[in-house]
Amino acid sequence: MPALSDRRPQLGVWKFASCDGCQLTLLDCEDELLGIAEQVEITYFLEASSAPGPGPYDLSLVEGSVTTAEDTERIQHIRAASDRLVTIGACATAGGVQALRNYADVAEFQAAVYARPDYIDTLATSTPISAHVPVDFELRGCPIDRGQLIEVITAYLAGRTPDVPAHSVCFECKRRGTVCVTVAHGTPCLGPVTHAGCGALCPAYNRGCYGCFGPSNSTNFPSFIPLLRRDGMDTLDVVRVLRTYNTAAPEFDAAVRKELPG
Amino acid sequence: MTHGESKVLRVASLARVEGEGALHLRIHDGEVAEARLKIYEPPRFFEAFLRGRSSTEPPDITSRVCGICPVAYQMSACRALEDARDIVVGERLAALRRLLYCGEWIESQTLHIYFLHAPDFLGGDSIIDLARTHRTQVERGLALKQAGNAIVELLGGRAIHPVNARVGGFHRVPTRAELRPLEERLRRARDDAEATVRWVAGFDFPDTGIDNELLALAEPGTYAIDSGTPTAMTAPSSAGLPADTDRALPTRTFPLATFPDHVIETQVPHSTALHSRLDGRRHLTGTLARYAISGRWLPPDVLQVAGDAGLGDPRAGTVCRNPFRSIIIRAVEVLYAVGEALRLIDTYEPPPRPYVDVPDRAGTGHGATEAPRGLLYHRYTLDTDGTVTEAALVPPTAQNQAAIEQDLLHTVQERLRTGPHPTDAELTALCERVIRNHDPCISCSAHFLDLSVDRD
Ligand code: SF4
Ligand code: SF4
Repeated sequence: MPALSDRRPQLGVWKFASCDGCQLTLLDCEDELLGIAEQVEITYFLEASSAPGPGPYDLSLVEGSVTTAEDTERIQHIRAASDRLVTIGACATAGGVQALRNYADVAEFQAAVYARPDYIDTLATSTPISAHVPVDFELRGCPIDRGQLIEVITAYLAGRTPDVPAHSVCFECKRRGTVCVTVAHGTPCLGPVTHAGCGALCPAYNRGCYGCFGPSNSTNFPSFIPLLRRDGMDTLDVVRVLRTYNTAAPEFDAAVRKELPG
Repeated sequence: MTHGESKVLRVASLARVEGEGALHLRIHDGEVAEARLKIYEPPRFFEAFLRGRSSTEPPDITSRVCGICPVAYQMSACRALEDARDIVVGERLAALRRLLYCGEWIESQTLHIYFLHAPDFLGGDSIIDLARTHRTQVERGLALKQAGNAIVELLGGRAIHPVNARVGGFHRVPTRAELRPLEERLRRARDDAEATVRWVAGFDFPDTGIDNELLALAEPGTYAIDSGTPTAMTAPSSAGLPADTDRALPTRTFPLATFPDHVIETQVPHSTALHSRLDGRRHLTGTLARYAISGRWLPPDVLQVAGDAGLGDPRAGTVCRNPFRSIIIRAVEVLYAVGEALRLIDTYEPPPRPYVDVPDRAGTGHGATEAPRGLLYHRYTLDTDGTVTEAALVPPTAQNQAAIEQDLLHTVQERLRTGPHPTDAELTALCERVIRNHDPCISCSAHFLDLSVDRD
């Protein structure tokens, strides 16, 4: 029998409503994938393996948001079977783009897409995993960043807290030496209120940040919104940009509610 | 199977596909009465919430339909939104878009070949298993996929949901010098891609064929990726031929603007993905269809490799209708995309501006491109200030679902007739293989396998 220390930690990768992009990030770690697989046993990962193991899992990575009655039960089972549970991506962390239904009439949405909405089983809301079960760590991004994902996995294997900074994209812009698109070109940019992680990608490509990593740890919307207006955004634009990939993030949601009349 | 035997089989989830789904088989007296592919990926309502968004937003938003082919969504969206305003981007921008798309083809098709499909032929449940028995090959696959990702990352900023594409072109275009480091990598990738074709050509393929129409974009003179005219090839049965005939059959084309008149979506009770029919008939898009329709325009060196791999010569009217062999065609497509990327880099001239202006105007626009999994169609109606008032997305898997069900029915039937009584596990494995042959992407609903068999 192998010694206890020979038992590799068990990793589970789970999916709820999502685009698969965050799980794919794990498969996109081409240089590290085989190394990771030597250190952990990838026990459950349907996208990559047809031999799901029963658990329990030392670490579960959960992608996607909760949108069906069945999902609300499945996440309870996953939580119960997992020592640590980390959500990966905007869907799992803030409801994802599909949380736009939370502000709409879902029956009308169903009717717009499906001729027979009665065949479709869905909840009226798309909610983050943390709305249903305790979560040990939330990794931001739509999609998540490969480097941060590896940090999270190795940190949990080493039994420490992941080192994922919660400052804003602006910090990363400065570090990268990118010229600020707002200052230089008057381009509206969500960098000041958006969580770091992407390495300030959009400004490096000459566009404003559209907030795909969700809110940073200290957002100051009262002074930020006027900046967006100065750069030409009207109320509708502000609402649209905050209500996209991280629409159910409390900070973005509160800012939008302030903007909307009534 | 004994007369009147009745049985129900359930398998919890289908693996190594993108998304979630289930399969229901009804077997009566040893005959398959029904095969239903159930896509139970929860609906995400993109078409509903695109209404009211600005005309600049669909490329970024629809890329979130699918993390496996975000570029395809971005490109089909851009084309449709430009079409609504009667804008065609210039050659240099179009070339850069094609380069970005080649990157996605390389990484996505390689993902399917090595991660999802190869374990079916070699035994093993995942690429991790394969790495134990086929280390060199797996490392080659990883390097090849990485080469595709490198293109998307350079042009788009990141491999999943790249940020650089926009209506009218790009936010920023690279200099010639910036593209140069890709060359060296792609030259190595060309060797890896060629070795991949030879490798997969040596797998063991059952003899079988599919009987449905094939639909792909065609752009005479080139292998269509980022544009073209919808072109359909007749199904063998309509021509009185067996499903596995390797003869090219007559084709017909229709203008993209009439796509909604030809490809009609209907909803079936068992799936969140809509089914569609091409002029009332089952059709298949994707690798087999593309190769049948555009194969003859592949460059001679690629055709040579394809011929050596047993695919015959498309210029002489040979087509492949064996879905198991789609893995070879996929590998040929990767080889093509690597060569095409090298050509595009070699001839690249930075466009004068990163994008052309696309002034707002009311109208409806259609856009279709060849996603790695097949023809992806977008339609948007815009009002005068550029607000989207209506959006329609027809992903390849939704189109392929009926053809996949037919293929399942046929394959299970063959198995019941010819082999010894299959166990439920054997049936499941067989069905999963059949489904994976078609590389369905079910996150678009749009996902995999929960098999239930009713035997009565
Ligand atoms: S967070 Fe974004 S990238 Fe991740 S699964 Fe959701 S839609 Fe895809
Ligand atoms: S700059 Fe903003 S929108 Fe762009 S990738 Fe980073 S977090 Fe996402």
